[in-house]
Amino acid sequence: MKKLLLLFTALSLVLVFSLPAMANGHCMDALGCVEVGPDDPVVIGALLTVSGATSFYGEDSRGGIEIAIDARDGMLLGREIELVVEDSLCSAEGGQATAQRAAADESIVGLIGTTCSGAAQGAMPIISEAGMLMISPSNTSPRLTNDDVDAGGTYYPGYFRTAHNDLFQGAMGARFAIEVLGAESVATIHDGDPYTEGLAVVMADTFAEMGGDVVFQGAVAKGDTDMTAILTEIAASGPDVVYFPVFTPESEFIATQARNTPGLEDAELIVSDGSFSSSFAGNVGDAAVGIHMTSPYVVGEEYDAFLMTWDDMFGGAPPSGFHAHAYDAVNILMDAVEMVAEEHDGALMIGRQALRDAISAVENYAGLTGTLTCQDESPYRGDCATGSALAVYEITEAEVAGAWPPAVVWDMSMAMSMDEG
Amino acid sequence: MFRNKSGEFSWVDFTIDVLRVLIVLAVVVGAWNTLSSGRISLAQWVNLLAAGLSQGSIYALIALGYTLVYGILLMINFAHGEVFMAGAFSAFFLAEALNRTGFLNEQPLLSILLMFMFAGLISMTVAVLVERIAYRPLRGSPRLVPLITAIGASFFLQYAFRGLYGSNFKAYPQVRALQGAVQIGDISIPVAQIFVFCSALVLMFGLHWLVERTRIGKAMRAVSENKEVARLMGIDIDWVILFTFGVGGFLAGAAGVINGLFRPQGVNFYMGFIPGIKAFTAAVLGGIGNIPGAMLGGLFLGVIEAIGPNLVLAGLGIPGANQLKDVIAFTMLVLVLIFRPQGILGERLSETKA
Repeated sequence: MKKLLLLFTALSLVLVFSLPAMANGHCMDALGCVEVGPDDPVVIGALLTVSGATSFYGEDSRGGIEIAIDARDGMLLGREIELVVEDSLCSAEGGQATAQRAAADESIVGLIGTTCSGAAQGAMPIISEAGMLMISPSNTSPRLTNDDVDAGGTYYPGYFRTAHNDLFQGAMGARFAIEVLGAESVATIHDGDPYTEGLAVVMADTFAEMGGDVVFQGAVAKGDTDMTAILTEIAASGPDVVYFPVFTPESEFIATQARNTPGLEDAELIVSDGSFSSSFAGNVGDAAVGIHMTSPYVVGEEYDAFLMTWDDMFGGAPPSGFHAHAYDAVNILMDAVEMVAEEHDGALMIGRQALRDAISAVENYAGLTGTLTCQDESPYRGDCATGSALAVYEITEAEVAGAWPPAVVWDMSMAMSMDEG
Repeated sequence: MFRNKSGEFSWVDFTIDVLRVLIVLAVVVGAWNTLSSGRISLAQWVNLLAAGLSQGSIYALIALGYTLVYGILLMINFAHGEVFMAGAFSAFFLAEALNRTGFLNEQPLLSILLMFMFAGLISMTVAVLVERIAYRPLRGSPRLVPLITAIGASFFLQYAFRGLYGSNFKAYPQVRALQGAVQIGDISIPVAQIFVFCSALVLMFGLHWLVERTRIGKAMRAVSENKEVARLMGIDIDWVILFTFGVGGFLAGAAGVINGLFRPQGVNFYMGFIPGIKAFTAAVLGGIGNIPGAMLGGLFLGVIEAIGPNLVLAGLGIPGANQLKDVIAFTMLVLVLIFRPQGILGERLSETKA
């Protein structure tokens, strides 16, 4: 019944919109079509952070996108793929400005981005309104996939992501602290970014729900180097665990200085994927030994091959942890375009609504980051990652000396077996 | 009170006076609440003070560069934060190399001295080049023009370093001699902080000696007094200005090394931006153009930043007090501009100089 109703709605929408659209050619899509002429390239847009202090995240994603395009020899449906990268910075204003530019470009079939959750909040209203879609490789804020405005949700149709929702990661941090470390009290630090704040709040809430004591919830500012003040305040309440899901280098400053703060010498430190970079352990030095990190867990032969390609194309290793998510995101987009595109007189017609539907329907997609299924239920609307590909890592002396990545000490399968046992 | 010079009631003066009372009240109430709650022990306050002084000495060294240039050219060299970054970045590579050979931990003092010289020379070169390329051709043009080229130079330097060395965060190796802490009763102060503070003091005294006791220092003072008359006295103005930029650059480079020893992480092409702005604030706090003022302003700002959030903001029950550290710094700037525009040590400037 529900399906019939949906079909009916879709058909009536098509009827309403098809009249003006018919005049322009053969587009039968509710949101209009992207028309790719016989000699035109297929244009994919990317809104990434390519300047400023967090630009390595953008570089990381961009590399993943380029490798995915290169794997198809730069061709889609017999046409060249053109990648247009815009700098969305790491702010709502940056997201808004680049989204406006992207929305004005009718040749763009879909967008990959943004890098930061804050930028996505600025970008999505415009992108959604323009009938476009965006798949983010690294937004993790729970708000973006929650459509309940009262609960702070900012979901807009056309938003998807291959990054894992912080609801998974924050809860995982809390479970690990209580079930494995046996912690009874926690202090959390964020830096005002929606990403870090969301993670800190979810962690603290889960920790409290599980019977733990949240003794301190505070924040530092981006760009701070001296963390003595906040650490002194935290030491006054003496928590078992300090959870600081902030980015590098702030997390590096906190980690080093925590060990030198009287009262925090023995506290367990847990950080998130915002610090999961190959230089973290070396930069923190000896103080890093014993720190736990929650981060995506990407393994397998295909991933090893991906890393080899990265080394060939760009040299070295990816600078952060979202390149595989970007690779999956652009592949999902390209597959959807292949599925939806129709040819009329040599031109490709790609329906915008059809494209969104095709991505919503993605199920058990074998990506580099695990099995992806795009969900349609709030608070996970548009979430394609299921959270199974997350793990807790522990830093040892080997990582301080330069090895990377650290060994996994706990993952979701262990959490599951704990649930059963 | 509430009256301007001609004795009439003035709303502006009234608002400022009310603001003055409110601020004093907020500070007193906040401090009283915190101190009476006893949440933070005396030893912890001393720790905060020591960390604040070390951070402040970095601000002070950078602030000296702003103030020296302002004193002579009456312009704000907004690329100065990047001069600091250039020194910190270059010394990072030297420190890495020294660490790999083991020299760093065998001869820590000599290594650190080498790092100071290297970073100082690189920063000096960068500062001098910026002056020669971006400012000298525009000398005599409206004051907004060099300000804009300063921003251009700043971006150029940032992205040049990013292009050369990538955007990853790097960290200085740890110097074993600077690890550990000095224990006095139940107060422990990290050795690194003591070292940082002392070396900053040495550099500041060095500058003071240079300006007050040497021939070139006398020339600098003369040029800052009156460029035209100094030229008539046979002083090579261009050379003195170049020299001033060089001295400011050297101090910024040294600040870069100090920063690396004190806070080893966060070496990145963007690292000069925030310290640059903070140091500018410190220079204005102390009285821009005034050398002891910049030193005092820097130390003062560092201490206020370290103690302020816990003492005042937390006492007033403001959540996330430490996130508002920058608010304290910049509120100080606004307050100084309102109540004492010439800065803590600055003299009242005439229309032409202000």
